[in-house]
Amino acid sequence: MMTMTTLPPDWPGNFWAHWAIFAVIIIVFVLLMFMVFVWLERRAMGIMQARLGPNRAGPFGIFQPAADGLKVMLKEDIVPAKGDKVVHWLAPLVAVVPVLMIFAVVPFQGGAILADLNIGILYVVAISSVATVGVFMAGWASNNKYSLLGAMRQVAAVVSYEIPVVLSVVGVILLTGSLSMQQIVMAQDVPFILLQPLGFLLFFIGALAEINRAPFDLMEADSELVAGFHIEYSGMKFALFYLVEYGEALAISAIVTTLFLGGWRGPLLPPWLWFLVKVGLVFFVMVWIRTTVPRVRIDQLMALAWKFLFPLALLNLVITAVEILAWPSVSPWVLVPINFAIMIVLILLWSRLFKLGWGRVEV
Amino acid sequence: MKFERYGIGIAKGLAVTIRHLLRRPVTTQYPEQRLNTSRRIRGNELIWDKDKCTGCATCAKTCPQGSIEIVTSVMIDENKYQVEKFEVDTGYCIFCGLCVEACPYDALFMGYAYERAKYRRGELVMANEALLASAERRPSGYARPQVEAALPKQSLLLDKDRGKR
Repeated sequence: MMTMTTLPPDWPGNFWAHWAIFAVIIIVFVLLMFMVFVWLERRAMGIMQARLGPNRAGPFGIFQPAADGLKVMLKEDIVPAKGDKVVHWLAPLVAVVPVLMIFAVVPFQGGAILADLNIGILYVVAISSVATVGVFMAGWASNNKYSLLGAMRQVAAVVSYEIPVVLSVVGVILLTGSLSMQQIVMAQDVPFILLQPLGFLLFFIGALAEINRAPFDLMEADSELVAGFHIEYSGMKFALFYLVEYGEALAISAIVTTLFLGGWRGPLLPPWLWFLVKVGLVFFVMVWIRTTVPRVRIDQLMALAWKFLFPLALLNLVITAVEILAWPSVSPWVLVPINFAIMIVLILLWSRLFKLGWGRVEV
Repeated sequence: MKFERYGIGIAKGLAVTIRHLLRRPVTTQYPEQRLNTSRRIRGNELIWDKDKCTGCATCAKTCPQGSIEIVTSVMIDENKYQVEKFEVDTGYCIFCGLCVEACPYDALFMGYAYERAKYRRGELVMANEALLASAERRPSGYARPQVEAALPKQSLLLDKDRGKR
């Protein structure tokens, strides 16, 4: 059995000290991981495409994100003449702050958490959607048709994908019996990816769509909408949107790690290192998917959410609930093969049912 | 039952991309790493062999651009022409290689190099000594099989890909 060393909830002993220390830790963590992720994404993507990726700034190009950041800060800040200036200025802030706020409930290790809310995951679900408001503000304030189109697609995607994501989270909550992120980690003697394989898949796909990463990046589709909502942004404001993009990816990696991969728990290595390793791994899978899968169309995006993920998420929820009610005390290892079998059967079945333009009359 | 639509296609794609992680990148980091060019490259310069040249001006006649200019004078005692001026305006040259093919005395070669950009147009007009072969100005094997045999083989990206990382 792995060690479950936990820090007291107000770890250095003082409420304000705890608050200050973790605020600093979170900001440093997000900014550092942002740089690591930018580098990892470009480098890994380059190598997977038989290219090299950035390799000029520093060994293996590790200073490339810093160089990019410096460049972007020195750039001119352009505001569209006919844009809504106040909203244009406010939008990056509205997008960034919720992303940073998500990390308040992410447990980095036992007890190392800014606020162990008893509604942790609900808080995450609620806060993470607020960033969309920032995106929509950006799209609107830019007074540009492409920005507005991108922002509207983003809103449509978030509204649709929130449902399967939340439903698959509910599966985890049923298993845990608590909404607290700390409790969810504690409950994972068997990582929930094994107990909830379908839920993990749905959550991961839905989360990819929500943070508009490839293959669901059609809100900022570089090749059709040029850059979507942040066309008209430059300089520091653009950097903030860039930070939002990777901050959200980091947040989703951290939440997937916490909900499905056992959080900071693991043998041998110190817990915080386990957490970082798992977060990096999840992000690598995101990069991997991005290099592989081509971008979907908007109708495919909506169809996938409503016709594929949503019914499967509902079924997953019902099946999990039945399992918990029927066999409350059965060993989780018995449920693992059953759940995997259920996942495969359901996916095969639904793939057969899931067709785009089924019965559509040609116009 | 076709399995392509049950996520198998995506799985196959993922396998392909992950295999690329173990592949060598095909990128050549140009100024530091260079591939050997084709041995018969028509590089963007002309190389002139002063000793072999008889001043017959066949090259000037074949040049579709008229960018070669030869001025000769007669050397009565040696019974041949003295080339006073051999001038190529490489700004007009289209590097078709017809002059090299036409030369009856193998006195003209295409260049092996390809980095001959200049800052001024006047620098593109090269004459006499500037056209001679040197360590940097190597002749290419274009229409000159004996030169070609001595040049290094062309490196292909395909060979690079065969080696594992």
